[in-house]
Amino acid sequence: MNTDKTAAPAGAPVVNPDAAKGAATAVDPRLLVREQGLRGYLTEFKRKMGAGDLGSIPVVIGLLIICVVFQSLNSEFLSAKNLSDIAVAMVATGMMAVGIIFVLLLGEIDLSVGSVSGVSGALVAVLSVTQGMNEWLAVFIAIVSGAAIGAIHGFFFARIGAPAFAVTLAGLLFWLGFMLQLLGDTGTINLDGDGVVGHLTTYYFADVAAAYGLAAIAVVGYFLSAFLDSRRREAAGIPARPLTDIVVRTAVLAVFAFAAAVMFNQYRGLPLALVLFLVVLVGTDFVLRRTAYGRKIFALGGSVEASRRAGINVTAIRVSVFAIAGTFAAIGGLFWASKIAAVNQGSGTGDLLMNVIAAAVIGGTSLFGGRGRTWNALLGVMVIVSIQYGLSLEGIATPINYMITGGVLLITVVIDSVTRKTQKSAGRA
Amino acid sequence: MSATPVLALRGVSKRFGAVQALTDVQLEVHAGEVVALVGDNGAGKSTLVKTIAGVHPIDDGVIEWEGDAVQINKPHDAQNLGIATVYQDLALCDNIDVVGNLYLGRELRKFGVLNEVEMERRSRELLSTLSIRIPSVRIPIASLSGGQRQTVAIARSMLGDPKLVILDEPTAALGVEQTAQVLDLVERLRERGHAVILISHNMADVKAVADKVAVLRLGRNNGVFDVKTTSQEEIISAITGATENAVTRRAARNAEVQK
Repeated sequence: MNTDKTAAPAGAPVVNPDAAKGAATAVDPRLLVREQGLRGYLTEFKRKMGAGDLGSIPVVIGLLIICVVFQSLNSEFLSAKNLSDIAVAMVATGMMAVGIIFVLLLGEIDLSVGSVSGVSGALVAVLSVTQGMNEWLAVFIAIVSGAAIGAIHGFFFARIGAPAFAVTLAGLLFWLGFMLQLLGDTGTINLDGDGVVGHLTTYYFADVAAAYGLAAIAVVGYFLSAFLDSRRREAAGIPARPLTDIVVRTAVLAVFAFAAAVMFNQYRGLPLALVLFLVVLVGTDFVLRRTAYGRKIFALGGSVEASRRAGINVTAIRVSVFAIAGTFAAIGGLFWASKIAAVNQGSGTGDLLMNVIAAAVIGGTSLFGGRGRTWNALLGVMVIVSIQYGLSLEGIATPINYMITGGVLLITVVIDSVTRKTQKSAGRA
Repeated sequence: MSATPVLALRGVSKRFGAVQALTDVQLEVHAGEVVALVGDNGAGKSTLVKTIAGVHPIDDGVIEWEGDAVQINKPHDAQNLGIATVYQDLALCDNIDVVGNLYLGRELRKFGVLNEVEMERRSRELLSTLSIRIPSVRIPIASLSGGQRQTVAIARSMLGDPKLVILDEPTAALGVEQTAQVLDLVERLRERGHAVILISHNMADVKAVADKVAVLRLGRNNGVFDVKTTSQEEIISAITGATENAVTRRAARNAEVQK
């Protein structure tokens, strides 16, 4: 939070003081002034809580509860092996959730991501295993196909004007059938465990330096970007984040990053899948929050009419967002295929789609559009996969898993709705 | 006040199918002048504004911009000339902060990346020169009151440094305090040398800030009045088309009751 004070400094030059006297002298009692130091943080925190601005706090508390409950049931839960497995297993769903978050930001939904991920896996399997094509090329074709499929959905939604829900529901059925057709009679194609796709979830950077190095890069990178941004803001004479604030945040990040690195190094090292996922998260977050393209996506999620009047090409943005969702669905499909080292008739079906959407929403992305970050995908998918692994450690069967995940999703949506109401009444919706 | 009007409409007509929306309308706006455009519902105020803003091209007549005849066929033409329009529904994105809304669709970029620092600096500068008071430039529009949103929308129209600003019913949905804020802002626009066309139903607002009142009735000019020397009753009779109307009857009745 910035230490924003008034929009106009007290001695602001007013062209004609007479006409503006009323406005210039009246100090708005609602101005947000934050005190410096620890006290400032506390008052800021209280104000945000009171206004229902919970941010990621419910998810973090949920993760803590999950850890405490499963650890007390089975001490294996917080073992390096289990946590490392969770980190790898969550990437497939997480990648797809990143794509879904783009669509949710528009206030739309894409129901086809599960089937598209299946098509992507099937394409790689058929092209590389059955047809003997170079695996890199097959992977490339699968990802481009995902983008093309998404763009087709986007075209029917944005250009023809059909509801996204119906278009992607049709996509769900069509691409499921397409995948089954691709797989043919055998129904299952096994992948080469040492191939490109095979390595996606089985490769670990065994050298301990890798995990520590990545943690160090993350911490230093975060500090530098925050520090330089603060310097630029100070130079421009606008409120900047104080240095103590940046140091505290960097320290918190460092604790988590190095704890994770120690944990990974106790097992098999830093998983390649997690590195790729983090790269995607940093990249997409940058696109959404630091580029004009990302700003346009948020604008469309806020008001389509306002966006159109601001000269934004609504159709192009919508089509491109669905293409992004398709791309990440295809990438997720590759990780999914890698995890089971095969593509079968069950790929991309079952609870996958629901888990993807649940991950985005549990992570804190609004279903109503315009609010969310791609980091939500990481938090949400951690919750879902942790529950799955915790239950399977206990030997509890799938039905219970579904019920618990459903319950968590319901709690999340309830929290979201209640906080939205509080935010409205506090004037901060 | 300069001799050449910033904008002059000469004999402008507009027809929609069987409806003659505007007939032979004249209008002049000078720099540093607030012209209120008044008229009853269906008088053609919105149509006239839309012809100036380029939403509906005119059928007949001439639009003069700083003395030269110009064609305004698209909203883009109007913007290029230096005409900014603030519509009644404001067109702001609730979920984006004030800075983001001010620069929506014309973000400042450095190496392809949003230049948030520069946008925020200029936003603060703009808001402070207009003496606009909002809690923070980094809170979402949803957190602002109706009057604050209106001032943000007007401030946004200022970014392109327009010569003429058209405000469509800026105080229609506002309370007393907020209306005063917006009227303050209109006066500041005039002091900065902008020409302002203000559409309003509220005679008190018109009397408070306008220099001239142009009355439209049934798509035709029904007089241009100097605000200082004209009574409210005269303007109302021009709007309704008669001295004998519901408003004057009511006034007369009230006067009798008071006796």
